[in-house]
Amino acid sequence: MSAATAVAVPAAPERARLTLPEFLADSRVMAARQLRKVSRRPVYIVYLLVQPVMFVLLFTYVLGGAINTGSIDYVNYLIPGIMVQTAIFGALTTGLGLTEDIKAGVVDRFRSLPIARSAVLVGRTTADLAANAITLVVMLLVGLVVGFRPSEPVWSIALALGLVLAFAYVFSWISAFVGLLVKNPEAAQSVGFIWVFPLTFISSAFVPTDTMPAALQWFAEINPVTLCVNASRALMIGDGDASGPALGTLAWLAGLLIVFVPLAARAFRRA
Amino acid sequence: MLKPAIEAHDIHHSFGDVVALDGLDLEVEEGTVFGLLGPNGAGKTTLVKVLATLLVPTSGRATVLGHDVVAEPLAVRRRIGLAGQFAAVDEELTGRENVEMVGRLYRLAPAEARKRAGELLERFGLTEAADRRVSTYSGGMRRRLDLGASLVGRPPVILLDEPTTGLDPRTRQELWNTIDELRRDGTTILLTTQYLDEADRLAQRIAVIDHGRVAAEGTALELKAMVGAEVLVVRVEPASTSDAVAVLADLCTGEEPIVDAAGGEIRLPVADPRASAEAVRRFDAHNLPLASIEVLQPSLDDVFLTLTGRPAEDQKEAA
Repeated sequence: MSAATAVAVPAAPERARLTLPEFLADSRVMAARQLRKVSRRPVYIVYLLVQPVMFVLLFTYVLGGAINTGSIDYVNYLIPGIMVQTAIFGALTTGLGLTEDIKAGVVDRFRSLPIARSAVLVGRTTADLAANAITLVVMLLVGLVVGFRPSEPVWSIALALGLVLAFAYVFSWISAFVGLLVKNPEAAQSVGFIWVFPLTFISSAFVPTDTMPAALQWFAEINPVTLCVNASRALMIGDGDASGPALGTLAWLAGLLIVFVPLAARAFRRA
Repeated sequence: MLKPAIEAHDIHHSFGDVVALDGLDLEVEEGTVFGLLGPNGAGKTTLVKVLATLLVPTSGRATVLGHDVVAEPLAVRRRIGLAGQFAAVDEELTGRENVEMVGRLYRLAPAEARKRAGELLERFGLTEAADRRVSTYSGGMRRRLDLGASLVGRPPVILLDEPTTGLDPRTRQELWNTIDELRRDGTTILLTTQYLDEADRLAQRIAVIDHGRVAAEGTALELKAMVGAEVLVVRVEPASTSDAVAVLADLCTGEEPIVDAAGGEIRLPVADPRASAEAVRRFDAHNLPLASIEVLQPSLDDVFLTLTGRPAEDQKEAA
């Protein structure tokens, strides 16, 4: 008898969908979890901070002297480029982290809770965006130490940072999709580099594209990395026109977001 | 009248060419522990995933407290707790943070989530370790934390996927006690296990699952009865073995008693446990010395062998 009363039979049909405030609350919990985890993982901090600094030093002092960027000082040429590279590398941690969560069974726990499933991805990408913002600021400071001298006003530099962060955010979703597809951390790492390396290096991030073979040059010109780097260069050191590449970047980002958010959400449901 | 808390009807699921569930039927009565017993690869985890709304089955219908797992996943998730073989907790967070986070995801207010986390940590003996990172926890502590986290929302139905796999005997015993306690509180528990003694100890009903379907179902006693008779084991002085066999022969319901003359041991299948009393009387009447006498029930290992044609241990294939 008593057991029969234990059945919770709701009087009215219960809500089958969650509300927006519930979704936002869930996303916030997920983002807080992620930031807390990052802050306690020294390896992560090394990846996010030390690696980009090494790249700055490598290109400025080892390779930069041999790269001809015309009238522009190489360090001024480099910093906007390396910021975009850092943004993409930072985005790779999104997919990697998700595969670790899948492996640990944490994703199954989240998916079995009465939460908005998309909040797991939204929280995660948002936390990664915050981590990326910190990395970019540190990079910028290191750049200033090694001689980076932006010529444009602060609002323009802030605009460049905003664009690069938007770039990082969108690439977090691509990385999330790839991670959820391959499901294991090792595979996510190698697959990640396969798509990230050509994008980063066949671009104007480190060298002017006009010395590349025609085919690579064609790829570099339409590469969103090039567009974002060129826009950032214009906004930070006044190199060329900003609006063209900036609009091109935004168009790319909008397109990628429309494609990869649903793909990642679907992959998450099936993970 | 009791309604089933979990119902599964003709569930099929395949991963590509691999058939994981092949027409599985199941009914779990409210407030009971139901044991799903089978080797690795039998489909246990797949069924748990279907019931936990993590996996949409290829075909078939399943409900939890009357809510369809495919059509009303959110309603199902509000009623279940899931804990498994891999403790799904965050290594870098403390035990308390882990449980509190789940509380927040159940939309408890911060203070309430903290209170609930404190209660559960206390209940699972983790109060002292509560503010240490999980990376410092032992396997048993993680499993307890995982189970604790699955109880935050006070779910009426709990799905436990091999909760004691890989645990040491003491921790296993503790977990068993916790599961008993939960059942006494009215929780319905579906438990998968590869351990026959675990199902025997915890579950009111057991389904033996093999190749994605239920091979047999019943209480532990019923399953044992399916396999056959009890065995009377008598030990005597080796010298008087043949006399003893002569005295006992007509109690044997099987073909022949199995006699180990050198060890003075006689094993004979008997109709029921009362045969042992009769055997003692006869030993008395004939004034034969008796070293020991016992009735062995068939083990669930025997059940598995009879039902599937293979011993349970031989099937450790891919999960």
